[in-house]
Amino acid sequence: MQERSFETTRIMARLPLLMAGMLALGGCITVNAPEEPIVIELNINIRQEVIYRLASDVRENIDENPDIF
Amino acid sequence: MKQMDFRKPALALLAAATGLAVLATPALAARDPEYAAARKSGQVGEKMDGYLGIVGAETADLRRVVSKINILRRDNYTTRAQAQGATLEEYAFTQGCILILRTVPGEKYQAPNGSWLTRTSAPPQRHVQCP
Repeated sequence: MQERSFETTRIMARLPLLMAGMLALGGCITVNAPEEPIVIELNINIRQEVIYRLASDVRENIDENPDIF
Repeated sequence: MKQMDFRKPALALLAAATGLAVLATPALAARDPEYAAARKSGQVGEKMDGYLGIVGAETADLRRVVSKINILRRDNYTTRAQAQGATLEEYAFTQGCILILRTVPGEKYQAPNGSWLTRTSAPPQRHVQCP
């Protein structure tokens, strides 16, 4: 019996916290769904990163193969 | 006698120039003379995609020169893109950016709007994504 009541008290103590959490979540539901452009921008950023990374290798390539450039 | 006096220094100069050229480019092969001439005269130019293009009227000779170089470039880009973990298009595009940057005044290059421009002493017009 003593063990059970202890458990109940623990749950009761957490109730306000739980409710506060649910209230906070309830307040967040007004967020709008994201639209397509976000995906497109991400693709551009990834490519751009690769291009900057390649810049030094393409310079070396010209020095190493002057006959084809 | 007069002709002899003229020829000797000329020959010496030629020999010196050849010697210098050989010293400047030890083991590396230079551009094919036909390609070099087409470049200089603006008959071929550097495209945005990393390959050579024919500017103006196409001839069989120009097509041969350009396709020979472009096949070699494609092979080269494929190998190097793989080594760098990039796609062929990404590598070729980046190479094109730097090749356009390295054109010398008088040579042709492709502007971001697709038109052919002649390189001046001013920086070339390049694609916004160029490094």
